[in-house]
Amino acid sequence: MERLRRTMMFVPGNNPGMMQDAFIYGPDCIMLDLEDSVTMAEKDAARLLVYNALKTIDYGDTEMVVRINPLNTPYGKKDVEAVVKAGVDVVRMPKTETADEVRELEAEILKVEEELGCVGRTRIMAAIESALGIVNAYEIATASERMMGIALGAEDYTANLKTPRSKSGEELRLARETIVVAARAAGICCFDTVFSNLDDMETFRNEVEFIKTLGFDGKSIINPRQIEIVNEVFAPSQKDIDKARKIVAAIKEAQAKGSGVIAVNGKMVDKPVVIRAERVIQLAIASGIISEEEL
Amino acid sequence: MSTLKDRAAAISAQAGKMGKTVYQETQEAKNGMFRRDYQKENGKVVTLEEAIRRSGLKDGMTISFHHHFRGGDKVVNMVVAKLAEMGFKNLHLAASSLSDVHAPLIEHIKSGVITKITTSGLRGELANEISHGLMDEPVEFRSHGGRGSAIATGEIHIDVAFLGASSCDPAGNASGYSRSENAKSICGSLGYALPDAQYADKVVIITDDLVAYPNTPNAISERNVDYVVVVDSVGDSSKISSGAIRDSKNPRDILLAQNAAKVIINGGYFKEGFSIQTGTGGASLAAVKYIRESMIERGIHASYALGGITAHMVKMHEEGLIGRLIDVQSFDKVAAESLKNDAFHKEVSANEYASADEPGSATHFLDMVILSALEVDVNFNVNVLVGSDGIIRGAIGGHPDTAADSALSIIVCPLLRGRIPCVVDEVTTLITPGSTVDVVVTEYGIAVNPRRPELAERLRAAGLRIVDIHDLRDRARKAIGTPEPLPFGDKVVGVVMNREGSVQDVIMNIVD
Repeated sequence: MERLRRTMMFVPGNNPGMMQDAFIYGPDCIMLDLEDSVTMAEKDAARLLVYNALKTIDYGDTEMVVRINPLNTPYGKKDVEAVVKAGVDVVRMPKTETADEVRELEAEILKVEEELGCVGRTRIMAAIESALGIVNAYEIATASERMMGIALGAEDYTANLKTPRSKSGEELRLARETIVVAARAAGICCFDTVFSNLDDMETFRNEVEFIKTLGFDGKSIINPRQIEIVNEVFAPSQKDIDKARKIVAAIKEAQAKGSGVIAVNGKMVDKPVVIRAERVIQLAIASGIISEEEL
Repeated sequence: MSTLKDRAAAISAQAGKMGKTVYQETQEAKNGMFRRDYQKENGKVVTLEEAIRRSGLKDGMTISFHHHFRGGDKVVNMVVAKLAEMGFKNLHLAASSLSDVHAPLIEHIKSGVITKITTSGLRGELANEISHGLMDEPVEFRSHGGRGSAIATGEIHIDVAFLGASSCDPAGNASGYSRSENAKSICGSLGYALPDAQYADKVVIITDDLVAYPNTPNAISERNVDYVVVVDSVGDSSKISSGAIRDSKNPRDILLAQNAAKVIINGGYFKEGFSIQTGTGGASLAAVKYIRESMIERGIHASYALGGITAHMVKMHEEGLIGRLIDVQSFDKVAAESLKNDAFHKEVSANEYASADEPGSATHFLDMVILSALEVDVNFNVNVLVGSDGIIRGAIGGHPDTAADSALSIIVCPLLRGRIPCVVDEVTTLITPGSTVDVVVTEYGIAVNPRRPELAERLRAAGLRIVDIHDLRDRARKAIGTPEPLPFGDKVVGVVMNREGSVQDVIMNIVD
């Protein structure tokens, strides 16, 4: 089964307290940030801190992502070297506009991995934060075998569009749909942008419901308090779970019989329905609605 | 013998037999003052100095105070300053608790006015000085229930109690609230002052709101009061209690609260008619929110909530979710107001609250309690008094009382506070014995005392992640390392008394 990525929590790479604690809130992914949340003066210190955090803290099953500085800054390549050496799961490239940029990052990662003898260990995700990036979304998504996902960065994107951000998010419509379609076409994950008003949990919930409907795998978040809401929204309904359990039971039955045809209530079940049912079960387990033993 | 005159000889003879004098008719005119005016001059109202003089206080005696005015208290400093001015020495100060605001006591200790202290807690500069060896005689620390018992049994004999009150009438009927327009310093329950009022040889009420007789209902009855002293202010109301409810937004507090609430809900005692006590920490207050939601969802009602009562509890009481509030200390203005106005919000003394030797004390009928901790060790022992730097910085409160008597005691405590590990090999000071602690909730997992396997089983069955407390210790150690041993000296600066009167631990002086 594909890993669940409902929440990717941003944690500033210069805040040891938050880095140490981040996983206890149960985000699916943690993104330690070396880019926007770290001032120029602290870039080296933060890199060292993130390196040591990855080396020493037991983050359990949480997928660890580090957002590096762009490769065309004096910090980007050093960031890649440090985090790949520390064994990060995913390197996130900010402000990605072209497939070539992804390939450049891949080459940097490969260099370090070859040195370490662990070629292919590190995956890549790209944040798309400009009109050009949206236009190139599919090329970016397919630029490397290492691509884990693409994400929308709405602040820079709307600035680039010359429009302000609205509560309804009308201006993000094309970008969101483009990212979902590009990710699905490439067979990778996609993440929606952050929602930063922590005092307005209702609008946040509405936005999560909306992006779930669009097809996103998950949401970038900036505070642990947002996790519960995202997980609630992504939790399947009891009706969906009941249906999925019947399908999963039918799969087992078919396997037991050695039959390739899966049928529920006398009707044949198509492959997409099976895949969806498996995802529903996975979400139900992750949301604590059913336990693995129950299955 | 039909007139009084005829019987005079018989009256005199009878008086002689009985050893009494013969009644003499007074020649003085009856006082015809309006009694509202009369009571002001003819009640128990005197100045502080007169009250001290008339009380018969002597060097070497014991004086007592309560801590219901918390960080806003002015009574202790005011009275001790007066005693110093009057030349008293060698007094034993028996307070229900002391805090930052009592730093002026340092000078009175140095000058020999105060030579012994018993209290539930110490904080701030006074605590720091005492931890470094300021006093020759160690401070005796007791829980609230333990202090109540010690006063009742005479182990602590109070000669003169100086008890601040938010309102009092000239006869001595005193309360922690007021119905007058001049109410200044409202604290709600006076529960910790009630043993003092009941058992002290002399009781002086100190108030900044003298109201007309009868100040009823009241916490302290005139029958226990000898003198009433009126002052400008007994406390800084902004520091006595907080106003509005503020829900914690700290994600760690919320996580701890959610875990604590899950333990409450799934521990086996969350059923119709249960009773509960919670603290005032961010996590404890946030837990109440989740417990409330679950009570509504399942249609469960609590018979009573105990302890320091907060606005959260008052709200649930008013919603019909909690039948009675039993209040030894009102933590905020909403609670104080409720105590004043709601007959089902009961004020109790420290003894009725938590005494080990009172079979009817409320803790004995308590199902669940949520408590905090500075440190917990792998044997589930808890320290709430002495910091990881060896300096006293807390109060025992009702911690050991409620842990011991409740059916399920839950300690909520972050695994790490900055660079301080909170789950350790051995607590710096033993306050609440591990045999009375059932569950420890941290942000990294929930540990259940091996003495309660059935509890662990219930929580596991509910899907909670139960961890070995040694794993929590290891996790803290891995993140922080092993702290160096504290530089304790060989002078005993504090004694921790068990609630049943035995000596449980000693606190040694700390050397810089």
